[in-house]
Amino acid sequence: MSESTYAVVGTRPPRHDATDKVTGRAHYGADFQLTGMLHGFILRSPHAHAAIRRIDVSKAEAFPGVKAVVTSADLPESPEQMVDIGEGAMPLSYIRGNMLARSKVLYKGHAVAAVAAVSPHVAEEAASLIEVDYDVLPCALTVEDAMRDGAPVILPDLRTKEFGEQTGRPGNVAEHFRHVLGDAENGFTEADLVVEREFRTATVHQGYIEPHATTVLWNEDGHVLVWCSSQGAFTVRKATAAVLDLPVLRVSVTPLEIGGGFGGKIRIYLEPVAALLSKKSGRPVKIVMSRQDVFEGTGPTPGSHMRIKMGARKDGRITAAQAYLAYEAGAYPGAMVAPGAMCVFAAYDIPNVVIDGYDVVVNKPSTAAYRAPGATQAAFATESVVDEIAENLGLDPVEFRLMNAAKEGTRRADGPKFRRIGCVEVLEAMRNHPHYRAPLEGPNRGRGVAVGFWFNVGLASSCTISVNSDGTVNLLDGSVDLSGTRTSVSMQAAETLGLRAEDVRPSVGDTDSIGFTEVTGGSRTTYATGWAAVEAARDVIGQMKERAALLWETDAASVEFDRGVFRAGGRSITFQELAAQLDETGGPVVGRGAVNPSGAGGSFSGAIADVEVDPETGKVSVLRFTAVQDAGRAIHPSYVEGQMQGGSVQGIGWALNEEYFMSAEGAMLNSSWLDYRMPTSLDLPMIDTVIVEVPDPEHPFGVRGVGEANIVPPPAAVSNAVYRATGVRLYRLPMNPVAVMEALWQKESEPGGGSLHSDAAA
Amino acid sequence: MDVTVDLNVNGRSTTVTTDPDRPLLDVLREDLGLTGTKYGCGEGQCRTCTVLVDGRPVTSCLMTVSRAAGRKIVTIEGLAREGGLHPVQEAFLSEGAMQCGYCVPGMILNAAALLETNPDPSDEQIVEWMNGNLCRCCGYPKIVAAVRRAAAAGALSRRGER
Ligand code: FES
Ligand code: FES
Repeated sequence: MSESTYAVVGTRPPRHDATDKVTGRAHYGADFQLTGMLHGFILRSPHAHAAIRRIDVSKAEAFPGVKAVVTSADLPESPEQMVDIGEGAMPLSYIRGNMLARSKVLYKGHAVAAVAAVSPHVAEEAASLIEVDYDVLPCALTVEDAMRDGAPVILPDLRTKEFGEQTGRPGNVAEHFRHVLGDAENGFTEADLVVEREFRTATVHQGYIEPHATTVLWNEDGHVLVWCSSQGAFTVRKATAAVLDLPVLRVSVTPLEIGGGFGGKIRIYLEPVAALLSKKSGRPVKIVMSRQDVFEGTGPTPGSHMRIKMGARKDGRITAAQAYLAYEAGAYPGAMVAPGAMCVFAAYDIPNVVIDGYDVVVNKPSTAAYRAPGATQAAFATESVVDEIAENLGLDPVEFRLMNAAKEGTRRADGPKFRRIGCVEVLEAMRNHPHYRAPLEGPNRGRGVAVGFWFNVGLASSCTISVNSDGTVNLLDGSVDLSGTRTSVSMQAAETLGLRAEDVRPSVGDTDSIGFTEVTGGSRTTYATGWAAVEAARDVIGQMKERAALLWETDAASVEFDRGVFRAGGRSITFQELAAQLDETGGPVVGRGAVNPSGAGGSFSGAIADVEVDPETGKVSVLRFTAVQDAGRAIHPSYVEGQMQGGSVQGIGWALNEEYFMSAEGAMLNSSWLDYRMPTSLDLPMIDTVIVEVPDPEHPFGVRGVGEANIVPPPAAVSNAVYRATGVRLYRLPMNPVAVMEALWQKESEPGGGSLHSDAAA
Repeated sequence: MDVTVDLNVNGRSTTVTTDPDRPLLDVLREDLGLTGTKYGCGEGQCRTCTVLVDGRPVTSCLMTVSRAAGRKIVTIEGLAREGGLHPVQEAFLSEGAMQCGYCVPGMILNAAALLETNPDPSDEQIVEWMNGNLCRCCGYPKIVAAVRRAAAAGALSRRGER
């Protein structure tokens, strides 16, 4: 299909679900009601690390209005197994342990017990009557604390895995892995310039506005029914069934609308607890988190400690690179350090590389995915060093990146060779953008650039399309719609069928009604579920060709289909006309598509940021920001732009403000939006977007997923801009006013330290 | 001690018997089934729970139900007029100013209140007025564009009326 033939792909029709979202009719997680429903409340640990000596729930059970109380003693026991929790697997014992603490609490906010009562208020009051005796233990809150000799042991049964082998060594390092390409030591000797720097980033939260919410009924027939807001109904089903030790057939999950996830609503926190409360009480139970619960009881993204060393020749060729990446997993192993290591040098073709990754448990909430998980931390470090090398070699930072950019055939240190990718095209679009050449005048201002990479995971998706007699179609898929994918998937079906987008009525199926579909995550939905929709549409066309052949008494193979019209032997019939004759030609037509693609080449993203630094207060203001991203093929350009703006803003928040501010005892001191500052509209400049289209060669329309790569470059771009504005480089996120002032003072106290300078050169 | 409170919601009078200190948000959602009003933080920081009280935007998580008694409350469910969406709803729809959509009811009510007092706001005034409404999908550019579009549509229809 050539570009010029597209009638729907690349246009901007309204969203199918838009009206329900502007009238308040859309049902999100907490909006669901059932007759006789009870309300659950979860009691959480006040300590970051403590042994549980005793839990006494008798007073709570006796409280008027209370119908059930559960603790970890109510969870079933079953043999250890790895459970796929969407974008990765985790041992069942850890999933259960995180659901309700067993012998120890591992972070402040760890769930300890739960109450179901006639109202949320009664449940909360009763929970406060539960008596828990704790033996408080010392805690370790950062990777450096946790890796120190004599650090408190967080998981007594944890043994370090090193280079794929069990070492039998106890401690807080769950895994140490290494990727090697070429000979880094030798590569550094070839370099004329070697720069090595150390970086730290704080824990940040995805910050979706809708808290986690679920309603569960353990039905009298033994079937568990779940209605919840999540990024994937099938993942909720699998994890809930595993925790409750039930076959998946006994759990049905209906996805409700989701008020933002960004990776944080893949893992489950509430469903098995609500199920146990429902089983005990015989009534449906709803649990809705508070904002504080979301901060303290769900998975944020890892804080990190990193060292990056890179060497380059005078001619601008990078000869070697080395990375040390240690990420905080939180209470259970699973920091997103593996993808971080795959992305850390992914934008570059470097012959000699060594990457060491460490997955380290600490006394913080068990971490979860956040938009390109692991990649943003790593890119902050790499792109800062790249910027420093470019400056020292006297090269333009975009040209320097172009000289070393990854292309089709470039091998990453973790093994794979890139398929067709758009890294060079993204960099060229940055170089050619008017923003990059625009003068930036005024003191204390600077411009920074950075690039970043993230995968498109592919994975399983299912879709069915049913043809209506008026020539419209109903489309059912299994992908929770986070941001308009009902429409971007429908548009691909419409294009294939020769229909308009509004002729397709999409809905998201529950686990009883549609085939297995992986989570909405990994930038996969428009890519893989869109592909499934194309397959379903092709199946419809194939079946309808048979119907046309029947009418015309010819062979189905001789029937052609193009832009909504079937033709054979000089005769033709439109899709609509044929749809009206399905009854007479054999009955309904239902097409199905089920795919499991291995993933596109991934998406590259670039950022150009102009900042101004207030030398009196240290406040960094972003004056102008341009995001560039390879979308492969933009199905609905407005949604692609929306993703790019959203990722950019989240990246700016990560760069400048957001942080879990922890007390020495492991309490989060800013678990509210009063003190955890997310960007608001006043904090932001216009965000320009440039969509680059380097089609994925395998996808029917060339789509690359665009949900994530856009968050990867902003923190580095902003940091590089702060450096150009002040002459001071920051090695820690967030770059809040205090951090900036400290860096400025330190520079002034150093010999040769000067005042702020204005440097518009990018 | 529960008390009886008279409420006027979306043009209809109703009474609820409840703790007078309960947040209006909870009463709207739990007692009246008006779940279009959303919880985000419960402490006045996100304005997802915005409703109009006597025409002014109010964070319903912070207003007690007793303080709302007798005043005119409009929720997202009450904004559409007979036969069609409110111009601000129309504008959010045409502009595609939503990703997950969770912040949208609060955004729309706040924008409607702005245009009621200032039918022709500048971009700066829009940004300033909408600033407290958090959107984590960060669709701010499209949200500002939607408010601008609603203002323009209002100006057009006023010209038409003259
Ligand atoms: S819920 Fe009312 S301001 Fe956040
Ligand atoms: S659209 Fe998701 S929070 Fe605004």
